[in-house]
Amino acid sequence: MLELLFLVPVVPFASFLWLATAGSRTSRKAVAVVGVGSIAICTVISLLITWSYLASPPDGGAFTQVLWTWISVDGFTPQIAFYLDALSLIMMLVVSFVSFVIHLYSAEFMLEGEGYSRFFAYMNLFVASMITLLLANNLLLLYLGWEGVGLCSYLLIGFWYQDSANGRAAQKAFIVTRVGDTAFAIGLFLLFTHLGTLDIQALMQRAAQQWPVGSTLAIVASALLLGGAVGKSAQLPLQTWLPDAMAGPTPTSALIHAATMVTAGVYLIARTHVLFSLAPPTQFAVAVVGAATVLLAGCSALVQHDIKRILAYSTVSQIGYMFLALGVGAWTAAIFHFMTHAFFKALLFLVAGVVIQALHDEHDIFRMGGLRKDLPYAFWGFVIGGSALAGLPLITAGFYSKDLILWSAFSSTQGSTALWIAGLIGVLLTSLYIYRLIFLTFYGKKQIEVAHRPGWRIKIPIVTLSVLSLVGGFVNIPKALGNVPAFTDLLHSALPAVIERQASMITEGLSEGIAAIAFALGLGFAYLFFLHKRTLADILASNAIGRLIHRFWFADWGMDWLYDRLFIRPIIWFAQVDRNDFMDAFYAGVAGLNEFSWRALRETESGRLRWYAAGITAGTVVFLAIVLWT
Amino acid sequence: MSSGLDSSILTLVTFIPLAGALILAMLPRRDKEIRVFALVVSLVDFIVSLHLPAHFERAASGVFQFEVNIPWISSPNIHYHLGVDGVSMWLIVLTTFLTPLCVLISWNSIHGRVKEFFILLLVMETALLGVFVALDLFLFYFFWESTLIPMALLIGMYGHGRKIYAAVKFFLYTMIASVFMLAGILWLYAQTGTFDFVDIQRAIQSGQIAHFSTAATWLFLGFFVAFAVKVPLFPLHTWLPDAHVDAPTAGSVLLAGVLLKMGTYGMWRFNLGLFPEQSRHNAPWIVALALIGIIYGALVAMVQPNMKKVIAYSSISHLGFVVLGIFSFTQAGLDGAVFVMLAHGVSTGGLFMLAGILYERRHTYEISEFGGLATPMPVYSTFFLFIVLASVGLPLLNGFVGEFLVLSGAFQAHALYGILGATGVIWSAGYLLWMYQRVFFGKVKHDVNNALPDLSLRERTALLPAAIMALVMGVAPLLWLNSIDPAVHNSLALFTQMASKVVGQ
Repeated sequence: MLELLFLVPVVPFASFLWLATAGSRTSRKAVAVVGVGSIAICTVISLLITWSYLASPPDGGAFTQVLWTWISVDGFTPQIAFYLDALSLIMMLVVSFVSFVIHLYSAEFMLEGEGYSRFFAYMNLFVASMITLLLANNLLLLYLGWEGVGLCSYLLIGFWYQDSANGRAAQKAFIVTRVGDTAFAIGLFLLFTHLGTLDIQALMQRAAQQWPVGSTLAIVASALLLGGAVGKSAQLPLQTWLPDAMAGPTPTSALIHAATMVTAGVYLIARTHVLFSLAPPTQFAVAVVGAATVLLAGCSALVQHDIKRILAYSTVSQIGYMFLALGVGAWTAAIFHFMTHAFFKALLFLVAGVVIQALHDEHDIFRMGGLRKDLPYAFWGFVIGGSALAGLPLITAGFYSKDLILWSAFSSTQGSTALWIAGLIGVLLTSLYIYRLIFLTFYGKKQIEVAHRPGWRIKIPIVTLSVLSLVGGFVNIPKALGNVPAFTDLLHSALPAVIERQASMITEGLSEGIAAIAFALGLGFAYLFFLHKRTLADILASNAIGRLIHRFWFADWGMDWLYDRLFIRPIIWFAQVDRNDFMDAFYAGVAGLNEFSWRALRETESGRLRWYAAGITAGTVVFLAIVLWT
Repeated sequence: MSSGLDSSILTLVTFIPLAGALILAMLPRRDKEIRVFALVVSLVDFIVSLHLPAHFERAASGVFQFEVNIPWISSPNIHYHLGVDGVSMWLIVLTTFLTPLCVLISWNSIHGRVKEFFILLLVMETALLGVFVALDLFLFYFFWESTLIPMALLIGMYGHGRKIYAAVKFFLYTMIASVFMLAGILWLYAQTGTFDFVDIQRAIQSGQIAHFSTAATWLFLGFFVAFAVKVPLFPLHTWLPDAHVDAPTAGSVLLAGVLLKMGTYGMWRFNLGLFPEQSRHNAPWIVALALIGIIYGALVAMVQPNMKKVIAYSSISHLGFVVLGIFSFTQAGLDGAVFVMLAHGVSTGGLFMLAGILYERRHTYEISEFGGLATPMPVYSTFFLFIVLASVGLPLLNGFVGEFLVLSGAFQAHALYGILGATGVIWSAGYLLWMYQRVFFGKVKHDVNNALPDLSLRERTALLPAAIMALVMGVAPLLWLNSIDPAVHNSLALFTQMASKVVGQ
């Protein structure tokens, strides 16, 4: 059964090719059948492979399938080959399943408007690239998938190209992530130059053999990979592209900019965890980046008006949690949170799409309100997804994954109390901003009449993801609550366990209790400010300091402004000044000089005898002078 | 195939276009038949040239294959010596591949003196092919200079805008620079009594040439200047944007697709082949210029108001990668450099064809005249995006493989080279996507653009081969690299010998 592995990326790719070449000439029904059906097949194959893998694990817990040799130059022989272990298995399963439900949703959601087949072509291409990224056995193929998903992201953000703002957002996403990609590429050159291969498993082995812990090369190489991860996963300081990326259709935001692609950086670090373990400073940087992103993006989410931008900042912040986990060596916790996050964040975007579509494309939560009765699916989807995001204790998936991260941030040898506290503040912020959104959208006075209600192809995905957002966490129940670590056990064949510090005054149970309090505080504040007494929030925001903070957070801590002044303007300025290429001016000057001397000499040839005579005389005098005085 | 064909195949490939041009000159001025005839000739030449990769022996012991070596003129001692290795073979196929596309894309865009246009195009093809097959320095110089005339005429007669200025500028730049190479060739002849590349190379390696050590640097520079102008390497690049902007589409395609590669091919064949020590010695400043070119070209490309200028400056940037790869003296860098030459020929050729298609409809290249073209011209905008992505270096398309190999080779030579070169990758995404955004996205700003027809069947036929090539080269680069690799390996053998000699002393 494992031999079917290559079909998982190939089926959506084939479907992409068909949709791209023939899709515009076929009916929407056929497009939907092919576009969604291919991902359904892809999901079924993933399930079969998972079943086969769990029933009889391959030797060493890993299976490799080589298709062909891509390049072969001087010992550099990257192949088109797939590598399946517990890590890529889980990622593949989650990605294909979430892709499937989102494709089903899109079949109805995208019906209105142009470009139905174009949309499915891009989405299918995305799934193919994402699966390639996950299954790649060498870093070059991984890079291929990496660029492929970036391309699809670009195409889908700019999907409604007639509005040039969308095009600009797409371009921003592509270029900002490319800054990270370049760091990644340089990392590849470095690794290949020093270790002589890009095959991930061989690379990790050689790195562990040749580089001691803390060696400069390991630190530089892992830092470069971190650069790529930070760009793709929208972490500080390259997070600025993701909120703008919300210009794309909502299913795209759900799939690419929340559930799957933006977690590619997390996967990259987990995949190359050996390298990061060899470089403690880089790994610490990962944790710090994660913690800082959790807080900064959480604050930004708190003040946004646009429903999708709130969710975008929330995504940035949640991926920050995954980075935090990676940074303290809790590899499995990061992947666990990736999975639950994929469920509840996809759910939140899908129901946000329902709300937006119901209200004639209204994005501003302050112009919504009272939608509880009219859009029950959206309401319950938001309640379940939002509670999972905020980590409502015991009954939501997000609680289990986030608490595992918080506990690891404290208990790991690489963890610290500061990181733990940052994570806790993040819990409070999360609960505050998401319930703010829910209260403002679904409670209070109705402002716009609902014009559109969802059909079954939208309801099924919402229900499915709601169920998973609730029960998805039960695959890994902590010690204090029953101790069923099935998920981490499975992953431990591919990723090492957390190394815990000696027991201290805070136990795992206590950490969970404090997190629950943080959650409740956030919920309480949200209730107080946005449901009970809205004037309180206005008072806070209306004084000078409040306004300043509001503006600052609203503009994402001024990062866009800063980059604009620091990079974009100087570059554009220089380029504008040099529009006519000053090198050309140099040559034009030489040509001009020639022309000038030609004109000057021509003037002397005037035909006037007096001038000629004067010239001859002057020349004679000069020559005589030279002869006499030297 | 018989061995008889093997020895005459290069002559055939090189002179079929010229023979076609001669026949064309005698045909009556009926435009339609002339076009069809030119297309047939160029297609036949392409098919014949495929004999080369089909019968190329990848494991052959000698450096050159399909060789012919006949004495031509006895005094001075000039031989008709042709031969190819894995590198020049693919450059030949690139040339014969692009020419039929040039004919197709010029089908309706040439008004008046149609016959002369296609004659010039075919003469141009023979001259370009001759550059890549010649192994006699005199013969090489002959072909090298004879590319100038048809190209200058193509620009001057069939161009637009300041076409005479552009043609003269092109002619002067490359002509003046070539004189230095001629001086170098004559010096070598004076010392060795032969123009034969292989003989001269052997004489230099065995140290038989008198006064070589004092002259070597000057010889290296003489050849290098001629090639650097052609590439064009920063700061000798300023003829290129003017030549491109005012050239007819076919001229631009051949100029960017093949003519620039004469420079990089020359650097590899002659600078590295004849003067390895001087190459090594001068590499740092050459690499510096290449890196400046990569970044500077991209920067200037970003703000050009004219589509063709954007593509022209992007060529300067891309060719910087080639020079970087060549002077990294690593297997990966050189393989990559050759691959970039081929890939750039296909994708930039494609970009110029696309720009030309738009010019035929609107008679302008100004980006501000367009905007929102994705709505009236969906097929065109898809082709454009595809080629742009190939050019930007998206994996699985042709631009990626070469750039990646060049950068990894440059990184092996010196980490800083690789790092600076890699930033060029960000730039190329910047300027090409920005141009794409301004031309295709948004609402249609000018009413005329609403009525623009999408691609015709002929235009699709011209573009499709380029697009397919861009994909195949990205998916299965080994088809090319397999025969490039041994040639590069041979040229690098000189460097390992040199290194061991130094160690031996």
